[in-house]
Amino acid sequence: MKTLILNILDLAKLKGADYADIRIVRRQNEEIEVKNGKVEALTSDEDFGFGIRILIKGAWGFACSSKVAKREMETVFGRALKIAKASSKVKGKEIVFPSSPPRVDVYGTPVSIDPFDVVPERKIDLLLKADEIIRRNKKVKISEAFLGSYKTEKTFASTEGSYIEQEIVECGAGIAATAIEGGEVQVRSYPNSFRGNFATKGYEWIEELALEHHAQRVADEAEQLLSAKPCPSKITTLILDSSQLALQIHESIGHPIELDRILGTEASYAGTSFLRPEMVGHLKYGSEMVNIVADATYPGGLGTFGYDDEGIEAKGFPIISQGILVNLLTSRETAHYLGKESNGTMRADGWNRIPLIRMTNISIEPGEWTLEGMIADTEEGLFLSTNRSWSIDDKRINFQFGTEIGWEIKGGKLGDIVKNPTYTGITLKFWNSCDAIGSRDHWQMWGTPNCGKGEPGQVAHVGHGAAPARFRNIQVGVMK
Amino acid sequence: MIERESALHLLRSVLQDSPADQTEALLLTEDSSLTRFANSAIHQHVAERNQVLVLRVILGKKIAVVTTNIFNPSSVKKSLKKAIALAKVQHPNEEFISLPEPRSIPLIETFSKDIQRLTPDKKVKMIKEILTLVKEKGFKASGAFSNGDVELAVVNSLGVEAYQRFSDLFFHLIVEDGASSGYAGFVSRDVDPFNLSPLAKEAIEKASRGEPIQIEPGEYEVILEPYAVSELLSFLGYLGFHSLAVQEGRSFFCNEFGKKMVDEKVTIYDDGLDPEGLRVPFDFEGVPKQKVIFFEEGVAKEVTYDSFTAGREGKGSTGHGLIAPNTAGPIPINLFMKGGNSSLDEMIRSVRKGIYVTRFHYTNVVEPMRAVITGMTRDGTFLIEEGQIKKPIKNLRFTESILRTLSRVSAISKERRVCSEGTVYSRRFVTGTVAPAIKVDGFNFSGVSVL
Repeated sequence: MKTLILNILDLAKLKGADYADIRIVRRQNEEIEVKNGKVEALTSDEDFGFGIRILIKGAWGFACSSKVAKREMETVFGRALKIAKASSKVKGKEIVFPSSPPRVDVYGTPVSIDPFDVVPERKIDLLLKADEIIRRNKKVKISEAFLGSYKTEKTFASTEGSYIEQEIVECGAGIAATAIEGGEVQVRSYPNSFRGNFATKGYEWIEELALEHHAQRVADEAEQLLSAKPCPSKITTLILDSSQLALQIHESIGHPIELDRILGTEASYAGTSFLRPEMVGHLKYGSEMVNIVADATYPGGLGTFGYDDEGIEAKGFPIISQGILVNLLTSRETAHYLGKESNGTMRADGWNRIPLIRMTNISIEPGEWTLEGMIADTEEGLFLSTNRSWSIDDKRINFQFGTEIGWEIKGGKLGDIVKNPTYTGITLKFWNSCDAIGSRDHWQMWGTPNCGKGEPGQVAHVGHGAAPARFRNIQVGVMK
Repeated sequence: MIERESALHLLRSVLQDSPADQTEALLLTEDSSLTRFANSAIHQHVAERNQVLVLRVILGKKIAVVTTNIFNPSSVKKSLKKAIALAKVQHPNEEFISLPEPRSIPLIETFSKDIQRLTPDKKVKMIKEILTLVKEKGFKASGAFSNGDVELAVVNSLGVEAYQRFSDLFFHLIVEDGASSGYAGFVSRDVDPFNLSPLAKEAIEKASRGEPIQIEPGEYEVILEPYAVSELLSFLGYLGFHSLAVQEGRSFFCNEFGKKMVDEKVTIYDDGLDPEGLRVPFDFEGVPKQKVIFFEEGVAKEVTYDSFTAGREGKGSTGHGLIAPNTAGPIPINLFMKGGNSSLDEMIRSVRKGIYVTRFHYTNVVEPMRAVITGMTRDGTFLIEEGQIKKPIKNLRFTESILRTLSRVSAISKERRVCSEGTVYSRRFVTGTVAPAIKVDGFNFSGVSVL
């Protein structure tokens, strides 16, 4: 393998490339989906290939193939070179791509139990048990359980002399109960919606989730939602649970701070950002208690790795400190807009995609409050849990979220359940209205395995640590 | 590319080696390129060659699926062995009846040599042309231009043998000056109708109307361009137009078949063979595409089936199977809305006070049974007053039922266009929706995008 890689890098130097890198990536996925007592999907995927990125004459070219062989690699190199040369005829500002010290290293996700060492029968049994408990509730018409195991082996090498081998192991699981009656459809899930919670951990993570212990509760709550009153429409105090706050961070902080979006290179698809580089150090993003960090080294986070796909070592750094925006997510090519070096966030979705600036683990630092204390301190409002829908504009200003379930808060106590809860707001106004954040005991890392960006589309796995938090004067109940 | 005989030969050889009761082998190959530009310069230009083999094996009623993109003979054998091993530990699915039997597949052409011949240099030259046009008007451009060559082959042990080679080309353009923006998009299996000037003109016109003003959210008459309408249709397809959603009781069609659900001007269907769309002769199970009518003059009619959901009801597949294992259901991918009698200008002239929407952004489901979705407008939202487009307005959030929207359609344009964002995630298979513009007498905007 190393010979094949070095051959391409030598070729790149020979052809006068200013810079080139190659990634060889092998992915192995195993997914199991159980629905209504049946194993609806039992799948094993294997994906292998390489991608070559080359910078020449001030323009980038990238080409890739699934045939990892010397001749094909040379052909693909030629294609990347041709593309870069063609693109150099319509280039914009001169590309600033600072050199980086070469790194030779090996990184692996620390795991206790390799999920691929666990036989499928054991995983199926676990899911079927949880599914069976859900189905005991006769109002539940669709019971679902999911378990996914993922392993990515990638080798990155560059003309600068870096040679980095990484093995990232991830897994996750979840259950969901859908109660249906008289045209009403209500879902509850655990530990999170959209298949569960995911981490860079071994099978020990699946065992920690204890799916079957939560199966009856999700079924019962789905049933209760069928007869619950609708979410009221008003401006009120809102407490978000940790999982919903994680997605709130993702959409209204994580994406706006991506410097490629800010510079406009995502305009044609995912959109841009209301932020500008000169706002760093000045903009009051949130209230003084809001502290946000990006940390690609957090143990178990779904956005945890050893090196990004430009050979920069994973690191942690503050994004918002006491409410003030202090940094952005950058790459080697964009960091100079802040007068800084890359903070190592360039990741590609496999061998057949170029790296883009992606979130790592973007988390809110815990506060001092217990959830109980926060609720007791709230005269009137809503407590919302578990995301059901999300939407935000192309500049990340106006958002709207729906959650699976909500509870009224009256006189400092949780009251009736409300169904179809939604809330909407404006990013800066919302974060500046935050007046309580849960303590470390309530803080949890959530894995988001479905973050879309880029053309061709790329899905990134990112993490968000969050505790419940309270926000004032929020519009809830926007259902038509 | 692998070509028909080699592709079918490869898949037949897998079948021959399979000890399973039934086996299906699917091959999807891709040779594609995508050029992306922003701030009026190319910043990304990529090319990909990939091939994927999907094996679905059935032992009794135990089903397993294995996917690989490693094609040497030992690896393919290993994948088959893995699939058999997984099927052995699988639990039987008593509702599974059978993989589909062979049926005659329509012969249509979906490959274009002209698209295949688009070299990096040619594409860059075309992009340069459009960037020049945009720059001359004082705007910046961003967008993407992609062309692909895709082969799909499906063989199963009951005798299904299907192969098709597809070309696709998509282009989208956003023109902006920091205050306003405009959009134009194009998708086709043929390069002939691809004409850059009208697309540039369309996007530039949208962005040329000055600084957007802010208006209060609320209910307005709206004109939705085909781009926006196609998004609504896609959500209906995902939420309710397929048999799995009906069988599970989560479709808005449940208990409504034969009833009038939306305005009688509304007819929506799926047709993989209609030349106006991006044609596909058969599905990912090798079953020929049938036309399926969802709404006929406002009345709920029928839904799509794949072999599994059809087997549950003792019916035949309508040719809407997706790549196995598909637990989302046979979601239609060749949607059409029937055109009406109006011109877009006539529709605008008939609005006293309303909003013109070019496209939506980041839409998501709020309440599935009523097909309530939320999202933002983007790249060309205007205030219409006294029958004329007056001013651009700041982007609005909508939260609205698609069914309610279609119940309040008062005019439909004669002209339709194929719409597709062309977004390609793991496997390239570009699809498109053919939609007209519609006028809706009341559409709810719930917020505005202002810091």
